[in-house]
Amino acid sequence: MANQSSKTINVGLFATCLVDLFRPTVGFAAARLIEDAGGTVHVPEQTCCGQPAYNSGDNRNARAIARSVIESFENFDYVVVPSGSCGGMIATHYPELFSDDPEWGGRARALAAKTFELTTFLADVMKTTTSRAVYDGTATYHDACAGLRELGVRDQPRELLAAVEKLDVVEMAETEACCGFGGTFCVKYGEISTDIVSRKTANVVRTGADLLLAGDLGCLLNIAGRLKREGSSVQVRHVAEVLAGMTDDVPAIGEGGENGESRESGGV
Amino acid sequence: MAKAAKVAGSRAMEFMKPGAFKDNARNALADDNLRSAMAMLNAGMIPNRQGAVDRLPEFDLLSQRGRELKDHVLGHLDYYLERFERNCKAAGGQVHWCLTAEDARQAVLKICRSVDAKSVTKGKSMVAEEIHLNQFLEQHEIEPVETDLGEYIIQLAEEPPSHIIGPAIHKTKDQVSDLFLKHHAKLGRTERQTEPPALVNEAREILRQKYFDADVGITGANYLIAETGSSIIVTNEGNGDLTQTLPKIHIVITSLEKVVPTLEDATTFLRILARSATGQDFSAYTTISTGPRRDGDVDGPEEYHVILLDNGRSAMLGSEVHDMLRCIRCGACINHCPVYQSVGGHTYGTVYVGPMGAVLSPALLGVAETKHLPCASTLCGRCEEVCPVSIPLPKLLRQWRARAFEAGDTPQLERWGLSIWAFFARRPWLYGIGARLAMRGLAWLGRERGRLRKLWFAGGWTDGRDLPAPEGRTFQERWRQQQQQQQRQEQHGGGAV
Amino acid sequence: MSRDAILGAIRQSLGRPELSTDAKRGLNEHITKHRANVIPARAKGARADLLQRFQEMAEAVSCTVEHVSDEAAVPGAVAEYLRANNLPTQLTLAPDAWLSGLDWDSQSLLESKSGPAGIDDVVSVTPAFAGVAETGTLVALSGAGHPTTLNFVPDYHVVALKTSQVVGAYEEVWDRLRQANEQGRGFAMPRTVNMITGPSRTADIALTIELGAHGPRSLHIVLIDDEKAPG
Repeated sequence: MANQSSKTINVGLFATCLVDLFRPTVGFAAARLIEDAGGTVHVPEQTCCGQPAYNSGDNRNARAIARSVIESFENFDYVVVPSGSCGGMIATHYPELFSDDPEWGGRARALAAKTFELTTFLADVMKTTTSRAVYDGTATYHDACAGLRELGVRDQPRELLAAVEKLDVVEMAETEACCGFGGTFCVKYGEISTDIVSRKTANVVRTGADLLLAGDLGCLLNIAGRLKREGSSVQVRHVAEVLAGMTDDVPAIGEGGENGESRESGGV
Repeated sequence: MAKAAKVAGSRAMEFMKPGAFKDNARNALADDNLRSAMAMLNAGMIPNRQGAVDRLPEFDLLSQRGRELKDHVLGHLDYYLERFERNCKAAGGQVHWCLTAEDARQAVLKICRSVDAKSVTKGKSMVAEEIHLNQFLEQHEIEPVETDLGEYIIQLAEEPPSHIIGPAIHKTKDQVSDLFLKHHAKLGRTERQTEPPALVNEAREILRQKYFDADVGITGANYLIAETGSSIIVTNEGNGDLTQTLPKIHIVITSLEKVVPTLEDATTFLRILARSATGQDFSAYTTISTGPRRDGDVDGPEEYHVILLDNGRSAMLGSEVHDMLRCIRCGACINHCPVYQSVGGHTYGTVYVGPMGAVLSPALLGVAETKHLPCASTLCGRCEEVCPVSIPLPKLLRQWRARAFEAGDTPQLERWGLSIWAFFARRPWLYGIGARLAMRGLAWLGRERGRLRKLWFAGGWTDGRDLPAPEGRTFQERWRQQQQQQQRQEQHGGGAV
Repeated sequence: MSRDAILGAIRQSLGRPELSTDAKRGLNEHITKHRANVIPARAKGARADLLQRFQEMAEAVSCTVEHVSDEAAVPGAVAEYLRANNLPTQLTLAPDAWLSGLDWDSQSLLESKSGPAGIDDVVSVTPAFAGVAETGTLVALSGAGHPTTLNFVPDYHVVALKTSQVVGAYEEVWDRLRQANEQGRGFAMPRTVNMITGPSRTADIALTIELGAHGPRSLHIVLIDDEKAPG
């Protein structure tokens, strides 16, 4: 599917620390989708975008981390992030962090300009309209806050999902309402966070869908954790897993199972 | 009366503890009455506003113009305030500049004493709440009578408002029935009313005489108009109009940033205020008041006073939270805030609640006392999205967090956690080793069910949710391994695919 | 003292001294030009459309509207309205020259007095300065002929409005207000300008909308067609 005639499009994949740690499959799914769309994927050494520091008011550490991300990623044609939250950190907040810094401000703005959340990169930049994926089921899509409001991620994932064979997408009530994750908020104000996510899971369950999708692993861990605690059978996955046709590679988030890394890692 | 009043005052003050946010939240989450009231609010307010906005195609344009106007006024605030003062005086009104809450209370008291006031009716005023005027009047043997139905309910309940638009929004119908029975029985109302029409009517009948008996009527102001020296109130019940028309004196309690240049400019805000606040196209009563009773008038107050309160606002100008001064107090950010929707307004322990309160309160009360408020947000951004004057609330919340962090007000445990995490985040190779070990450990713990029900260091998470287990090896580890394998294959296979 | 402290603090925060005379002249121009900002399309249109919108919007907020062909029919319409709705027939009329000049004696059912509203007054009849189509809003000005209490104290409020008084946008009311009041001693606002959009209401108990919270329980508009049929 790659456009052979044009020169190589080098894409730096910023996997995000949550994907790196909890859900490597999302990273592989993102890589496959980018390659399918005609990009060449690179994964430089990386840790975190610095958001926890930034949102806690620790701007000194946030800047230090941002500088290392900028250095690692500024030479690619594009930076793609399978998360609206971390993508938003780079694309909107890095320039704010360095607004008074003539050198790093320029570099932050340059990086911001070529940083995209995964589905917007696929739909808006690479103009992807087709999918090789098949998923037999009904999904509902949660609009994760930062992607929606900082990066305008709304139609792109839905358009891409529409191309997945056999997949039905139904909308839930209040799909644009926060799930209560909020980074460190979910631990610092755990009871409030649990209450917020309970409104979200109620809306998810009410759709009758058997699969919840979103583009941010933080939200997904949160919603999956609550659904499982409630005993719900609704499965939870990152939208990239479905789009890349990789749902057989690994059990849904928070599910045990025979395949995938969790089994493999037990023996390490 | 005075003794009971003092008790009421101290009871209300007990609520006013923003430092107890977490305890307040826990109590709120366990309060079934509050939960059912909040559920109704959530179901109604959001679609109501959306409907009103959708019915007016020019809403975004108006909103943008409103924002520009506010920025223009704030940049020339001294001029417009002086102009307002001049025109207010020309119409026979009096303007009282008050630097502090205490100045404002004293100014009100002085006016009340000039007519030996025993009873004061009050329309809804958040600035009056901000300066805790009721408690103060009670301490000086003056009876404040709240006339907005919501304010009246919470006055009976001896509680502060829980929302800037609907002060009693946290009360269920049954709670109002109980309150009315308890307080109205001595007035001969011994039948417990259970339906809203009967309850509304009961309050109407009881308050009617109070309007006529009051010596002074106090209202707030949504806007002041520099061009005409007028104040504007926007209400639905008509209580504000009875409050300001019937007594001998009308006092307007308001704050500096409410001034707008002209009637036309005020009109722009009126077009976005009710739509954002309640989802109405226009509130039932928008009243523009200019000075006292004129020659020939047969009703209306004989004196018209405007209390212009600063209380920290002049210091907000040009500061990191300057944009907050654009706020028109519509409450849309509150209604759309997931945290407010869960815990209600009293949890904040401040007069102004929700996102706007979490930004404004530290400016009014200091960062140390209110440090929880800017933190208790998921930064989901819905507040900024629905704000009709585009106040970047998440950004301003972060500003306060940064201020608290710099001042060392961030809790020690959180600082340690952050610095350990940052230590690793800044050193990828160390991060890699730590991550590999930690994720293997977690994956092993959750190896059968794919999730963990309890994790001692993450109780905030696992008390209400399972923690999905990680897959095992990290993405970067697996990616590098895969790349190496591919390279090896390519070397062996001569690069043919 | 507070005044100087506040103005000083504002200037300090803004990082500038008091504005220059030139700068003030510019701001004065903003004030004196009364430029409208954004007027919604719904506030514009042909006369017939605006009149229809006024009525629809007023009815949407629970007003009742009836049409009469000329002002002489107003007392009869009021009497009929009160009778049909089983309301008391003791009225308090605004002491307005035009309204009082109508032939109220022709209605033997009605018992009318004139003046401000007392606590026991149940029905008021007043004129209005304007009607605004964009939200079905009535605009009443206080004055010797129109005590403000008549708009709020009685349980039932009846307003006699001429179609020629209906405008599209609020801004048109301000223009008319300035024209009406500018004669002689320069523009001065009346003590109150009441913009009234439907009867009194509240949603403070369990978010249920109830009419007649403190002000009128109903608002009836008698619309007098004083404009010639469009040619």
